[in-house]
Amino acid sequence: MSFIQVRNVWQRYGDQVVLEGLNLSVAEGEFCTLVGASGCGKSTFLRLLLGQELPSKGQLLLQGKPLAAEPDASRGVVFQRYSVFPHLSVLDNVAIGLELPCAPLLGRLFGARKRAAREAAAHMLQRVGLGHSMGKYPSQLSGGMQQRLAIAQALIVRPRMLLLDEPFGALDPGIRKDMHALLLELWRETRLTVFMVTHDLSEGFRLGTRLLVFDKVRADPQAPQAYGARITYDIPLNPGRASAAEAVASLPLQPAARALPPGRSRDLRVGP
Amino acid sequence: MRFINRHPGEGGRWLLSLLPLVLLLLVYGVASSLRLAENADDKLLPSAAQMVDAVKQMAFTEDERTGEILLWSDTAASLKRLFMGIGIAAMAGLCLGIAAGSFATLGATLSPLLAVLSMVPPLAILPILFIVFGLDELSKVMLIVIGIAPVLSRDLEHRAREIPVEVLVKAQTLGANSWTVVLRVVLPQLLSRLFVALRLMLGAAWLFLISAEAISATSGLGYRIFLVRRYMSMDIILPYVAWITLLAWAMDHALKVLNRRCFPWSEGAAR
Repeated sequence: MSFIQVRNVWQRYGDQVVLEGLNLSVAEGEFCTLVGASGCGKSTFLRLLLGQELPSKGQLLLQGKPLAAEPDASRGVVFQRYSVFPHLSVLDNVAIGLELPCAPLLGRLFGARKRAAREAAAHMLQRVGLGHSMGKYPSQLSGGMQQRLAIAQALIVRPRMLLLDEPFGALDPGIRKDMHALLLELWRETRLTVFMVTHDLSEGFRLGTRLLVFDKVRADPQAPQAYGARITYDIPLNPGRASAAEAVASLPLQPAARALPPGRSRDLRVGP
Repeated sequence: MRFINRHPGEGGRWLLSLLPLVLLLLVYGVASSLRLAENADDKLLPSAAQMVDAVKQMAFTEDERTGEILLWSDTAASLKRLFMGIGIAAMAGLCLGIAAGSFATLGATLSPLLAVLSMVPPLAILPILFIVFGLDELSKVMLIVIGIAPVLSRDLEHRAREIPVEVLVKAQTLGANSWTVVLRVVLPQLLSRLFVALRLMLGAAWLFLISAEAISATSGLGYRIFLVRRYMSMDIILPYVAWITLLAWAMDHALKVLNRRCFPWSEGAAR
């Protein structure tokens, strides 16, 4: 059974149709890159996956069950901007992801559990290359470092899928390259299902195992809002990487690793 | 060089900032001595020496009737009312602002209500406060609360709405529920804004305090000023006004420093 299934999803705002008749089936561990012209509904689709919006029609299924209708810890997200909490230090920005699920009343942990959460957070920050700036506030970081922080923050709760909305859109080309390398490494290690919206076609081709192109098939010049976008191309990419990921995923050790309770630091060795 | 491109140096800036104050004192001094030369009993523009005598009388000598030093007992009475009023208003404003700004359901009820309430002139309902809460301390504290809490909560409501939706969504993807989103994301960010809003509302809080004291009180800075007005004691009124201004400025400065200390990440702290 496919991991995520999208069945005839439509999204309308008033009489403006954004997405029409979307059908898609994604296997676990795939890295889908979403490209298309501005305003063609890529980000809308991501918000549907995130649960930030509900589709006007159709269904989104996660392993056969409808996706929760509001954002939850099963879906991590990195936005282009405002992804991190400005009032928390870098370390606390990541540690909060371990505190919130365990403390529904106060939203924070104390004593030994707090220390454990901070240790796990520090470990994660070392992994994304922020080990030397854990005491800083996000506003003191460069754009690239902020996005590293946002990725670390999203991964610490161990989501089942990672949604990226033009995460590197505001970064310099050089920094962007570093971020690509980091993201691919993390994807190999965690075997997450990733959906990434990007404006940069070459980025889409380089990173994904599957490229989804959003475009309008029908257009009425008298009523440009009457028809929405569909997925016009669905291109499998980087077959070597995809099969390697599958092979890793089939190792018997993996489900156990995922079943670890949150709060324990995860083994973050670089994958094959 | 064009005027628009000219910037004063360190010393020049001090000189320019002190200039109006010095001019003001100079004009006052000249006018005062002219009036006093004409009529030694003139009370309208007392000389510096007369004011120093009055301050000695008020701030360093026990009152014959009560045995208290009047300036200090007045200050204590006024500050107690002011701090209680500001404290209650800040708590109420924070709770209402967060509720209305973070939760659309609560906002639908609270926003219009607060918008209307903040338009009610607080002094117009002062008689009601006196009738309901009596002429004691409570009605004066309530005037400050009613005067500044609606404005505070509206300001904080708007600040809460300004928090990007991405941040709130992110918190939920990290496992937060509605309550912990407020506790760990909205509240800390709004506390810094509360300090900024309080600084702007300090003037209004003092205005309501002095008004309430002028109308009905037996102690307090406002009470004293309006009491001695009957004897045209400008030599007491002027130092009292200067003292109130100094207190207000010190509170403003303290809030600024506290904001910078407690919330170093905040952009509002720099202002």
